[in-house]
Amino acid sequence: MKRFVCAAVAVMGFASIVPLSAVGAPPKELIVRIQAVGTEGAGHAPAIAAVKELSQAPASALPEILGGFETSSPLAANWLRGAFETVADRALKLKQLDASALEAFVVNRSNNASARRLAYEWLLKVDATAADRLIPGMLQDANAEFRRDAVARLVTAGTKQLDDGAKEEAAKTFKQALLGAVDDDQVKAIVKPLRDLGETVNLQKHFGFVTNWKLIGPFDNTDKQGFDVAYPPEKELKFDAKYPGKGEEVAWTEFATDDEYGTVNLAKALAPHKGAITYATAEFQSPAAQSVEIRLGTPNAWKLWVNGELAFARDEYHRGSSLDQYKVPVKLQAGRNVLLLKVCQNEQTEEWAQDWKYQLRVCTKAGSAVLPTGVTTSQRETGDVRVAKEGR
Amino acid sequence: MRGFSYSLCLLAALSPAVVIAADWRQFRGNDSTAVADDTPIPLEWSADKNVAWKVPLTGRGLSCPIIVGDRIFVTCSSGYRQDRLHVVCFSAKDGSTVWERQFWATGRTGSHPKTCNASSTPASDGKRIFALYSSNDLVCLDLDGNLEWYRGLMVDFPNASNSLGMSSSPIVVGDTLVTQIENDSQSLAVGIDVATGESRWTSERPKRANWTSPAVLRGAKPAEDLALLQSSAGLAAVNPRTGAVVFNYDNGASTIPSSTVNGRTIYVPSRGITALQIAEGSANPEILWRGERLNPGTGTPIAYKDMLYFVNNAGVLFCADPKNGETKWQLRLEGPFSSSLVAAADHLIAFNEKGVGQVVKLGEKGEIVSKNDLGETFLCTPAVANGAIYIRSDEHLWKLALPQ
Repeated sequence: MKRFVCAAVAVMGFASIVPLSAVGAPPKELIVRIQAVGTEGAGHAPAIAAVKELSQAPASALPEILGGFETSSPLAANWLRGAFETVADRALKLKQLDASALEAFVVNRSNNASARRLAYEWLLKVDATAADRLIPGMLQDANAEFRRDAVARLVTAGTKQLDDGAKEEAAKTFKQALLGAVDDDQVKAIVKPLRDLGETVNLQKHFGFVTNWKLIGPFDNTDKQGFDVAYPPEKELKFDAKYPGKGEEVAWTEFATDDEYGTVNLAKALAPHKGAITYATAEFQSPAAQSVEIRLGTPNAWKLWVNGELAFARDEYHRGSSLDQYKVPVKLQAGRNVLLLKVCQNEQTEEWAQDWKYQLRVCTKAGSAVLPTGVTTSQRETGDVRVAKEGR
Repeated sequence: MRGFSYSLCLLAALSPAVVIAADWRQFRGNDSTAVADDTPIPLEWSADKNVAWKVPLTGRGLSCPIIVGDRIFVTCSSGYRQDRLHVVCFSAKDGSTVWERQFWATGRTGSHPKTCNASSTPASDGKRIFALYSSNDLVCLDLDGNLEWYRGLMVDFPNASNSLGMSSSPIVVGDTLVTQIENDSQSLAVGIDVATGESRWTSERPKRANWTSPAVLRGAKPAEDLALLQSSAGLAAVNPRTGAVVFNYDNGASTIPSSTVNGRTIYVPSRGITALQIAEGSANPEILWRGERLNPGTGTPIAYKDMLYFVNNAGVLFCADPKNGETKWQLRLEGPFSSSLVAAADHLIAFNEKGVGQVVKLGEKGEIVSKNDLGETFLCTPAVANGAIYIRSDEHLWKLALPQ
């Protein structure tokens, strides 16, 4: 009995450290089971078994696991990431992490951007020199973190050039950095020295803010009840029409913001109404059918329609506002697209609750601007597009 | 004896999560009481005194450390967008990293700059770690870092977020993880099967921002334990298995400091503090007393050794009689405070935001016995186990303990 128990303990202990995939399903099959996870726990039972088995896979399965990210939802990608890290961690401790396989995955830009970044971070654990080798080429990568690393290097280089008095080189370096910069802190760190050097930068175009709008309001939002009321602009966009609004007849007006960050201040553009709603609409000429993110910042409740389809709605008031606060993935059609935004103000009286504003931009998943037809990327990059009232 | 040893050996092999020491498994400890045992704790510390170890963290966070056996678990968030989620396991003995896992946020990560994505304290059932973030990503790992399951609660409920950030910490009641996801837009409470990650129940909650954490009301036996869900509407006691409301207190309550429990009495931050007495098996909470001048600040009150304590927004520590709410004494501490009090070995520990841990000896009057500055911002509540205090900032995790 004693021998049996000790043997059982030994087997169980051994089993906990030895990969079991040799006797289980192939990684590809396990990945498919994991990819089937859905909302509210759907598909968990087979996925739990699959991730447990996949986590025991040998290190040679790592590229295959990474390959599964491309066809995974963000939720399923995290399941795969859990398995990947367990396998990679074990391989690292056993000195079996294959740097060349990881690097091959990183440099293949047809691979999923997040998976490439994950592979890169594990590559660094076995080859710290990879950063110097790979990051300079990541300036306009599909992954925002790669871009950030590449931009940071250029900012450091440009700053040193400035310190050394090499102004022309510094300007060139900062302009190059701006090509990849998608994070506002880095953009600010680039724009300031560029402007100090006399360069012009158009932040509206850099970020891809939509700046020209048609506005109509106020409609009634007393007691926040207007959020769910479909006022006429939700049914028709007739720019010569007039409608009964909140205490007055309302009509469409044109509005172009000159704010560098594309902010449309409705309290100034119209009036600081309370318990009120404004609709804003804009056209976006897309050079092709494409998937983009519409990113919105607003402290007000809002609804967004793209080509008549409700993309997202949110009834939160005055809990803060920031650039890229909301990311709404949408599909644009080639040519004309119509954006319609409903911006709701409540009746809070506190000083900090008077904002009635929004900023909206169109960009890639990595955060780089998607510009409408007629504005080229090169114009943005070289700063040839001027802000009419820059510096305000 | 030999057979007993073999049994232990087998048990250990079968169940690596066997708890052999005092744990601190969730926000404010196993029972959400913030009370540790009487093992002596360090009463003073500094950078070079009673610091058993100090280790760097890989990201920001105001979530509290939790302790399971000889391991410390901490959540962090990093990246420009705070969208990288970390769960890190440290050895309690020497602070070495046992493992770390990272994930990507599937929900919105924005928050007030003071807070961040790693704001909710993780919880454990002794076998698994449940790490919840402000983005409402919910990760379940075993104690060795193997992923068990992953939920994106903002994927499930796209408007379940607060632009200022969320911070309610989930708790384990029986075999259910109870979490409150309450805000102005889409407010819910969810009971999740700890083993499968599947929802046992989902209930609608008041649509108003709420940063309080659930607490547990112990029954005569574990199957009768209830989860207490506080909100602006009041306090609901629910069956953790079904979500069914067993009793409801609807006189309103705070949305920042949470309720604390002592036996069958619940001290609710409601109109000051309202003490609810719950008779065994009763569905009718009786208001024992209400102290409208007892106004806890951000931190949750604590019931400890026949007294009730809390710190108000001015940084004044109050000691009140838990039987009638009568104030016994007050003591001005050095604030401001985001963390909650913890109690151990006849002392209270209060960490202010500036990094000063204040130790208060309890008795007829409170006495500040030390002010200990670690020089970093502390927004989290410490964990206490086996005579050690664990506290984290955005940069470091400390173990404070008397020399062995």
